[in-house]
Amino acid sequence: MAGQVGKQVMLPKQEAFKMSLRNIRIRFGRACIVSSSVLLGVAFLMSIFTNTVIQQALLKNGPESIKVSLAAGASDSMARDIWLVSLSLLVCVVGITNAMLMSVTERSREIGTMKCLGALNRFIMEIFLIESGMQGLLGSLAGGLIGGLGMLITYLARYGTVILNYIPYLGLLKFYLFSIILGTVISIIGAVYPTYLSARMEPAEAIRREV
Amino acid sequence: MPKEVVVRTIGVKKNFMLGRIELKVLRGVDLEVSRGEYISIMGPSGSGKTTFFNMIGGLDKPSAGRVYIDEVDIAQLDAYELAWLRCRKIGYIFQTFNLIPVMTALENITLPMIFAGVGHDEAVDRGLKLLEMVGLKERVQHKPFELSGGQQQRVAIARAFANSPAIILADEPTGNLDLKTGKEIIRLLKEMNRNHQVSVITATHDLKMLDVSDRVVWIRDGQIERIEERANLDIKVGEVEGE
Ligand SMILES: Nc1ncnc2c1ncn2[C@@H]1O[C@H](COP(=O)(O)OP(=O)(O)OP(=O)(O)O)[C@@H](O)[C@H]1O
Ligand SMILES: [Mg+2]
Repeated sequence: MAGQVGKQVMLPKQEAFKMSLRNIRIRFGRACIVSSSVLLGVAFLMSIFTNTVIQQALLKNGPESIKVSLAAGASDSMARDIWLVSLSLLVCVVGITNAMLMSVTERSREIGTMKCLGALNRFIMEIFLIESGMQGLLGSLAGGLIGGLGMLITYLARYGTVILNYIPYLGLLKFYLFSIILGTVISIIGAVYPTYLSARMEPAEAIRREV
Repeated sequence: MPKEVVVRTIGVKKNFMLGRIELKVLRGVDLEVSRGEYISIMGPSGSGKTTFFNMIGGLDKPSAGRVYIDEVDIAQLDAYELAWLRCRKIGYIFQTFNLIPVMTALENITLPMIFAGVGHDEAVDRGLKLLEMVGLKERVQHKPFELSGGQQQRVAIARAFANSPAIILADEPTGNLDLKTGKEIIRLLKEMNRNHQVSVITATHDLKMLDVSDRVVWIRDGQIERIEERANLDIKVGEVEGE
């Protein structure tokens, strides 16, 4: 019997999913804070996408009166928009990294304990990355809707319901999906570093570290 | 019957770097623990008990020396083997209980089983039995914050036994409990020790612990000062209390 040591196997993904979901459900307030930073970034991104898409559609096919009023300050804002979007996404990444750093540090003892009980570093990483990804997904879903609808309402207020006939909905939907994916990916990327730091810590150190 | 050694440490040293200064916390500890033995490690605060536990439990790496668990040098293990060892061979009990706050009592106990690959139904079955054993059958669905300290420690004990380990490492298990609850926890550990042939190693300031120990190891300044068999203990207890 002596001298026998086996190898711990990786748990199926669904176990990590279950634990992430539970963490989000129970620490819902914290999850919302992380989500909201994604929400803001993606809302901004989506509002700019929507603006550009609607503007271009109206310039091309819209009623003459609208074309004239749009043409005044349209094209030159493109470069500025890209700059703003990049900046807001960067702020988003930093915000998420910061939020995850806090959330992971806060749970350092929990991570150490899980490692004592036989969790592999990879499993810990999985839990936190899934958690962050799901928070990002929620934030992006909401943020995209808010940004897109907000911009749409602005146009409606200015030009009336007539513009609804000229909006390329499919194009907007594509940008919406793109924003969601981007928001989710950014959330995962932002969480990689803090999660990696805690997962590879020796359990003794993780448990000792008080916040 | 030849005694079977489950833990063997040879010249274990541990230094911590505090800025430029090297703090020597363990200065070469040699200890052998046999299967089924109950050992108490006593020593003043800061003498290195917790640090030594972390070495035995594979929770930290010694700066020098070797640790053998069931004759396996744990420094030779890769991450997967080490996780396996922590999961099945060793049960950990902490002064601060360290239950997972978002999980119920039952979920806390089944967690190590899930890590060991035990199926859900079997894990729940065994978890319920363990909870009954520690007298918490009615608290299955309670979260740690809904339990008293003593109850949390019982859950932690049940969790430590989840995968029938060979060794239980309990670092001041009664440190945060009142006298009476502490006694119950000690009794529970002793019972498990007797009934399951598991070696129990506890660090403690708690003199009640001496009564149930087979041997007492005194640590001072990161070294073993003396080791006493239970038979010779009674005389010393009074002396210690005077310290
Ligand atoms: N990670 C660390 N970094 C720096 N110093 C440490 C670290 N861990 C422990 N020490 C130091 O090592 C010494 C021994 O600590 P340890 O926790 O092992 O003592 P102990 O015997 O368990 O004490 P207590 O009875 O109070 O729990 C202390 O002086 C402590 O400051
Ligand atoms: Mg200690």
